[in-house]
Amino acid sequence: MADIFHGAAWLQYALGGLTIGAIYALVALGYNIIYNVTEIINFAQGEFVMLGGLFGVFYYQTCGLPLGPALLAAVATVALVGLLLERYVIRRARHATVLSMIIVTIAFSILLKGGAMLAWGKDPYRLPPFSRSGAFLWHGVAVQPQALWVLGIGAVVVGALTVFFRTSFYGKAMLACADNADAARLTGIPVRTMVLLSFGLSAAVGAVAGVSICPITLMEYDRGALLGLKGFGAAVLGGLGQFYGALVAGIVLGLAESFCAGYVSSGYKDAVALVLLMLALFFKPEGLFGSKEAAGLKRF
Amino acid sequence: MSSREKTAFVGLTVFLAVFPWVSALSRSFSHYVDVMIFAGIFSLVTIGLSLLMGFAGQISLAQAAFFGIGAYGSGILTGHFHWNPWAAMLAGVCVAAAVAWVVGVPALRLKGHYLAMATLGFGVIVHIVMNEEVDWTGGPSGLGGIPGIRLAGRKISGDAAWFYLVWAFVLAAFLFSRHVLHSRVGRALRAIHDDEKAAEAMGVPVSSLKVQVFVYSAVLAAVAGSLYAHYVSFLSPGSFDLMWSIRFVLMVVFGGMQSLWGALVGTVLLTFVGNEWLQVFADFEILVYGGILLVMALFVPQGLVVWMDAFFRRRSRLQPTPSDGGS
Amino acid sequence: MKAKSRWVAGVVGMAMALSWAAGVFAPARAQAGTEPYKVGAVFAITGTASFLGEPEKKTAEMIAEEINAQGGINGHPLQLIIYDDESDATKSTLAVKKLIKTDQVPVIIGPTQSDASLAVAPIAEEAQVPLISCAASYKIVEPVSERRWVFKVAGSDKHVVGKMYDYMKAKGITKIGIMTASTGFGASGREELLRLAPEYGITVLADERYGPKDTDLTAQLTKMREAKVEAIVNWSVGPTQVLAVKAWRDLKMDNIPLYQSHGFGSRKNIELAGGAAEGVLLPLARVNVGPLLPDTQPQKKVIMAYTQAYEKKYNEPVSSFGGHAWDSLHLAVAALKAVGPDPAKIRDFLENTKGFVGQHGIFNFSPQDHNGLSKDDLEMVVVKNGDWALAPW
Repeated sequence: MADIFHGAAWLQYALGGLTIGAIYALVALGYNIIYNVTEIINFAQGEFVMLGGLFGVFYYQTCGLPLGPALLAAVATVALVGLLLERYVIRRARHATVLSMIIVTIAFSILLKGGAMLAWGKDPYRLPPFSRSGAFLWHGVAVQPQALWVLGIGAVVVGALTVFFRTSFYGKAMLACADNADAARLTGIPVRTMVLLSFGLSAAVGAVAGVSICPITLMEYDRGALLGLKGFGAAVLGGLGQFYGALVAGIVLGLAESFCAGYVSSGYKDAVALVLLMLALFFKPEGLFGSKEAAGLKRF
Repeated sequence: MSSREKTAFVGLTVFLAVFPWVSALSRSFSHYVDVMIFAGIFSLVTIGLSLLMGFAGQISLAQAAFFGIGAYGSGILTGHFHWNPWAAMLAGVCVAAAVAWVVGVPALRLKGHYLAMATLGFGVIVHIVMNEEVDWTGGPSGLGGIPGIRLAGRKISGDAAWFYLVWAFVLAAFLFSRHVLHSRVGRALRAIHDDEKAAEAMGVPVSSLKVQVFVYSAVLAAVAGSLYAHYVSFLSPGSFDLMWSIRFVLMVVFGGMQSLWGALVGTVLLTFVGNEWLQVFADFEILVYGGILLVMALFVPQGLVVWMDAFFRRRSRLQPTPSDGGS
Repeated sequence: MKAKSRWVAGVVGMAMALSWAAGVFAPARAQAGTEPYKVGAVFAITGTASFLGEPEKKTAEMIAEEINAQGGINGHPLQLIIYDDESDATKSTLAVKKLIKTDQVPVIIGPTQSDASLAVAPIAEEAQVPLISCAASYKIVEPVSERRWVFKVAGSDKHVVGKMYDYMKAKGITKIGIMTASTGFGASGREELLRLAPEYGITVLADERYGPKDTDLTAQLTKMREAKVEAIVNWSVGPTQVLAVKAWRDLKMDNIPLYQSHGFGSRKNIELAGGAAEGVLLPLARVNVGPLLPDTQPQKKVIMAYTQAYEKKYNEPVSSFGGHAWDSLHLAVAALKAVGPDPAKIRDFLENTKGFVGQHGIFNFSPQDHNGLSKDDLEMVVVKNGDWALAPW
């Protein structure tokens, strides 16, 4: 028995790392969507994740909806928050400096966090797992079915977004806005609508991340900032705007964290992701998968 | 200094000189001097930050970390190693400056969002180190028993003495920063703020100047941290977390980024707001802060001081004074 | 005139006017009838520790109402002045200075948290105003020579650990693994767990720390299993202690008993764990388990009276934290009743108080012990059928 367990420790860490890494990847995707269309970094991205989880709890527990519809309603509500952010805040600050734009999104994230604290209080909440079966042992590794859900959802969202941006009309139109907004406008693309859509979509992806981890990690009002920061780490590491890059980088960060907690020090595991983020920023700001030329063209 | 600014500065000095006396007159605001000591300590941080934000056009979300490096530097060196507090302050400042340089050189090559995120990440790392290095920092339980400061052979004790000490530092930092802004460096900074590429084309050493301002802001924050450590005599990581970095940014944005007066007024007002006047807001405080930040950034991007200045000028139909660059 | 200096003057004037107004209204309330007895209080009513400070504030307000309804203290109404430190040590120091200078209270209860209490202890010492902290760290009252004016009513972690180790010893457990959060609460617990282990013949085979916002504790628990421990101790507050329980259950490690700190002592945690908490063991103060106590228990009466009044008034279960406010405020009131509003006499009275029956135990203060509790003031509790039960020895 002990032998099996011994061999299983690293597997257990790997599974934990994959799960949390998939979440970072989803958060990173949110950054990428907005960045691809507007070249803005949205500091409120982490709060969308928090809101997704808490709205899921609201619809499921408070309103008594069945789990499926409750989750969809939560994602839709958070998407609406994203749309409102763009329509009433970002659009007003359109011509502001980068500095003002950063301050605006930070301010919005504080408002979301404060609002969530007033609405839900400071207690953590949990959602039931998406499938009923409990944890099972596999090669001596305890596997939570919800972890598989998280991984699956992460992969599906990445695939869907790639297809959307590469092949669909809306997707291509959104990318055109980022390349050159004026030219896009001249070709008849409604740039404002595209920007609006990008915020909605990004918020929705964040909310998906929120509802899918809530059964594993619980959710409370002040979770957003750290998730957002690590998600940004994944986005930068993978190359801003790169969807597959975000997925790979997110998982790398998750694994690094989990192995650090397992073999080095639990206390410093949050620092691992951040140190990787700083190293990436300093030495390879275009990311592992982004191209240097493309990064040079971007505004920021 | 323009003559109006000179008047304001003299007014400020007189106000500070009499403040402890006036506040001691009435029991009801005898504790205002304590609030002002903290406001002064925070002002040191925000004066540096306003230089970085308003003049170099860069944002730092790591000021609380530098504040903490100064504070823990002093706390550890005086507490564990029994250094002289002034030597400890100097050492803490040097560490903060070195760290700021190491972080700043690569980070300031990046622009806008990247720097914000890099400093944000750096701030969180420093906070983690404060929590984890229990043997040195006392970890989350905090670090106590930090001795007071002696000046000219006398121990600084009592609130009035601390008040004068802290505000002397603030005035010195204010004057020095003002001097910098009115020198060649200041003009170069404004050129960077207006158009970085153009400034570079004109031969302004953009990156090295930005790094210098970042290091300067870290030095001021570390001095503030050291004063905080000796005044409170107890440190815990909660006083140096991300929320504090955001509060410092808020103070600068509220008062006005492009004016050192703005940093001062914003800091004093918000310190009083947070500790005295808006206690009723309690849990709503975070919403109030977020709201202020949003409204200021969207509608009053120049900040309270410049806005009110313009307002009063329109009212009194004064001709704008020509040499008013630094305010 | 110069516009800038004019409005600087304007702002200053405004500030002065506001503060004057605030000052005028504050003492106005205190005029009617006999001179009221003041008690100052600093609680973390908002901010990260509000789950501690909120019940403290509610309890203190409830007691003040009760006392005033019964005619006050020797005919003097009790005036309770509560400030919120927003879970911030800096604000705590300002609040205590304000209580001392502006409100001139003869005794202060709180602050809620250990770091805030450690930060304000020197202020109380210097001003010579007795302070009864509601936080746990033993450093708040030690060394006694530097803490002549500081008391605390929360049991020390050494008592909690002592009770826990007593129980382990009774069960024949000698090898344990500990996992603690990197917060003041977790760090203090870790220190005591490591320090006291040899005294009880216990070896700590694994010592893991994690962040208060961590989302996954399987790595830490896996290490416990690797180390072949006979029991696991988790020491944290907030969601991590629920995550620890869930991970422990999911990893099928329930053959290794899981001990939690007294921080787990809220029924909400049992609910959040969704059934996974069955069998979790923890030492708890008696205020949490009032109805389970035998009628002969000397604390039973005060605990049941408090529990019923609180639950009726606020429609929520009592917590240990509210109990701290009960103990500290009733001690302050007892002192005021005996010696009047004289800080020095209150200090002496508190230091010599013996056999004070409170929510958290029977307090016996002395010049060497400004806490007055022992490990015998705790009960070992187990989660059974979704509720607390006294653990069988």
